[in-house]
Amino acid sequence: MNLWNKLMCYSRRRSPWLFHMNGGSCNGCDIELIASLTPRYDAEQLGVRLEGSPRHADILCITGPITHNAVNAIKTVYGQVCGPKAVVAIGSCPATTNVFIDSRTIDGPLDKHIPVDIFVPGCPPRPDAIIQGVAKAAEILAERAAKKLPVAPVVMPLVGPGCNGACACSSSCKNEQTASEVQL
Amino acid sequence: MNLITALARLLIFPGLLFAIPAAWFFLWVERKSVAMMQGRIGPPFMQPFFDFIKLLGKTTPSRPGIAGLLMRLWPLLAVSAAAGAVGLLPVLPSSGGFEGDLILLLALLELPSMCIIAAGFSSRSIFGEIGSAREAVLSVSYNVVFLLAIISIAASQHTFRLEALAHLPASPMQILGVIAILVCLPAKLHINPFSLPNAEQEIYSGPMTEYAGPELAMWDLSHGLEWVAATGLVATLAAPHLTVWWLAALVFVAISFGVVLLLSAVAAATARLQIDTTVRFYWQCTLIFAVLAISSALFMRFRS
Repeated sequence: MNLWNKLMCYSRRRSPWLFHMNGGSCNGCDIELIASLTPRYDAEQLGVRLEGSPRHADILCITGPITHNAVNAIKTVYGQVCGPKAVVAIGSCPATTNVFIDSRTIDGPLDKHIPVDIFVPGCPPRPDAIIQGVAKAAEILAERAAKKLPVAPVVMPLVGPGCNGACACSSSCKNEQTASEVQL
Repeated sequence: MNLITALARLLIFPGLLFAIPAAWFFLWVERKSVAMMQGRIGPPFMQPFFDFIKLLGKTTPSRPGIAGLLMRLWPLLAVSAAAGAVGLLPVLPSSGGFEGDLILLLALLELPSMCIIAAGFSSRSIFGEIGSAREAVLSVSYNVVFLLAIISIAASQHTFRLEALAHLPASPMQILGVIAILVCLPAKLHINPFSLPNAEQEIYSGPMTEYAGPELAMWDLSHGLEWVAATGLVATLAAPHLTVWWLAALVFVAISFGVVLLLSAVAAATARLQIDTTVRFYWQCTLIFAVLAISSALFMRFRS
């Protein structure tokens, strides 16, 4: 790998620009995503910027259990993000459809429609877990662009009492700590 | 100014070789100072550089036909105009220049915002068109004050030559003019409270909505170069005359840096104004001072 490619790989890791999309979320994860940009968590230290247009973004952050209405919009926006790109599914809903499982208004989970790179579990996940997921997604994106190899999706570990024990989290998060064990 | 000096000024100092790192530095200072004022740590020092490199490596959607060609052309035109404006700044004391280079500088400073207006309309995005319309309205509002302030300085000093303006002792008219220019700079650089054209949370990214990859990198660079040129113009008019070249360059950079900090503080402390409030602000509040300044400058000129 020559110097330019190394620099490009490093820059891609250091400059993840996000586009946030709501696929029928209850707004819990969306609030946590915004909280990760606030003074307490300050994701801008990693170069994270929340962009207004999907054309500018590298990482598509999707929340919610993917309602029928959202499917086409998500596919369109995924197409509008210019490559190399990565997708982060924030919360348990896009991973498993969570409590909304078997609902007739839901067409989830997210990886049925577009390829997902990172699952950040939690209902809602903590802002630090989201930042960790975004940093990992930037790493995957840089690696994939450099080596042109497919990278398997990653399920991030649950950070803190990230689950409110509402529902399907315990079976879906693939984490040993079940919802009933979490001390709220 | 012969061809070689002109090329050296355009390409080396204070042109591209100096201006591009300076542009990235000013973009970082802007983001970092806003972050610090919000109680955050903010981006690392090399962030604008990383952003630029990353954007160069991204793909762009294929846009066939003349619209696609235009969309690739506007950012390059904006970057070259802004770089030319930086190259005209008399940073070094005996840098030459020619009669009327202030007029050329103003034209080159105006070209990037013209390119933004054209870019928004040629992208055919509804958000781009709204952003471009706002940019056009904003440009008509602040430019009257901006140009009147500069004309009043030039008229009171009897010259349109930048170097001569930089060397003349400061007059009350010059101080007034610099304050008027400072009032116009947030609108010229699209930062709060006049960040109407690229108002995020409102119209996505305005004229830039459809731009991606290297084109967006060029827009970022032209924005950074505009920072360098606009703060450099203020520094040229406000700096005291010094004969030692390194001291002159140091004072120039220090004043530019101070202006960046001041504008970032204003941007962090204010929220976006509505378009009609902005237009009213420039046409009702500041225009009176600009007209007063130019009439007194002309009066002084006829008396002398």
